[in-house]
Amino acid sequence: MSIFDFLKPKKNTASIAKERLRIIVAQERSARGGPDYLPLLRRELLEVIRKYVSVDVDAVKVDLIKDGDNDVLDISVALPDRNDGESNSSR
Amino acid sequence: MRPQAVTRVKPQAETRVKPQAETRVKPQAETRGFVTHDQAAANLNGERILTEIIVVTSGKGGVGKTTTSASIACGLARQGKKVAVIDFDVGLRNLDLIMGCERRVVYDFVNVIQGEASLKQALIKDKRLDTLFVLAASQTRDKDALTKEGVEKVLADLSNDGFDFIVCDSPAGIEKGAFLAMYFADRAIVVVNPEVSSVRDSDRILGLLASKTRRAERGERVQEFLLLTRYSPARVAANEMLSIADVEDILGLKALGVIPESSDVLNASNKGEPVVLDPESQAGQAYEDAVARLLGEERPMRFTEAGKKGFFSKLFKG
Repeated sequence: MSIFDFLKPKKNTASIAKERLRIIVAQERSARGGPDYLPLLRRELLEVIRKYVSVDVDAVKVDLIKDGDNDVLDISVALPDRNDGESNSSR
Repeated sequence: MRPQAVTRVKPQAETRVKPQAETRVKPQAETRGFVTHDQAAANLNGERILTEIIVVTSGKGGVGKTTTSASIACGLARQGKKVAVIDFDVGLRNLDLIMGCERRVVYDFVNVIQGEASLKQALIKDKRLDTLFVLAASQTRDKDALTKEGVEKVLADLSNDGFDFIVCDSPAGIEKGAFLAMYFADRAIVVVNPEVSSVRDSDRILGLLASKTRRAERGERVQEFLLLTRYSPARVAANEMLSIADVEDILGLKALGVIPESSDVLNASNKGEPVVLDPESQAGQAYEDAVARLLGEERPMRFTEAGKKGFFSKLFKG
């Protein structure tokens, strides 16, 4: 450690940590609250879709959401752009 | 353009699944409002002592579970409570070393469960505090040595012996030992370092406390507390470390205590004297505060603000 370290600008790594944790914890909690079959369902859906379209591994989202008194299984599939074949990252 | 196929499927079964995360969003009020052990005991006019089972857990290893178990147990005993502290880390006994009674272990937890020794024979009486007892983990490599029924019996026997508190020192991970350490708990102290992997694992453990415990099965809740350890106010001030508020915010729980990073912790473990017994130590005092809060007292957090660093200390210590 140099004696002039304190002159360097500090990186805000704590903010990065917090942001990363916020996302991963929210994601893991939503998976945890739902029934056990959700991850498997998601994986199998992905396999089926990939037979026909080349999509990213994170293209399929399976969530259990509340709609009044009902639980709604929300499945969303992001398809790639038609012309370049690359995945469309915008959601 | 973003082509996106969205399908909505309504499941026939309309069972409402309650996500765990939701159930513990606002614990602050609860933390203050709980009936303390003393009140509960007093309500019964001393006819029957209620035993409270506290699990010290974390998911991640090396965050300070055993250090915390030892100091919390000592701290409670110093308040006159009759306390047993049990090492659930079968195969990797360590609590005895931290408590400084490693050479007095004759029988262990598994011996008692398997009927090879009585509880009385296996409990090691602390040399410093009259009301403190240690039950060591066995060194057997047999993972199935602990059973739910066996653990339940030992806890019930301790309760009948008039113990006020049983502190269960959980092993790391989420395997059987960790599961059994938390299963019968009334309260949980989740030890967390202000660091990404520890925080994430703590959230996982909080999920398990809300679903895989006896209280959860009965529709009750394990009362959860966060305990931050290895906290460095200076690094927080430099925005290099998650703050207390950050961790509380992410996990949705208030901190019971914040233990500053301190060389006293290693010195204490070197000597086999739980750090709470060191009156000079900030970490020890922070543990003492946490014990007081556990007993229902309100105390402000100490040692959580960075002192102003002078130019010279910056220059030479970095």
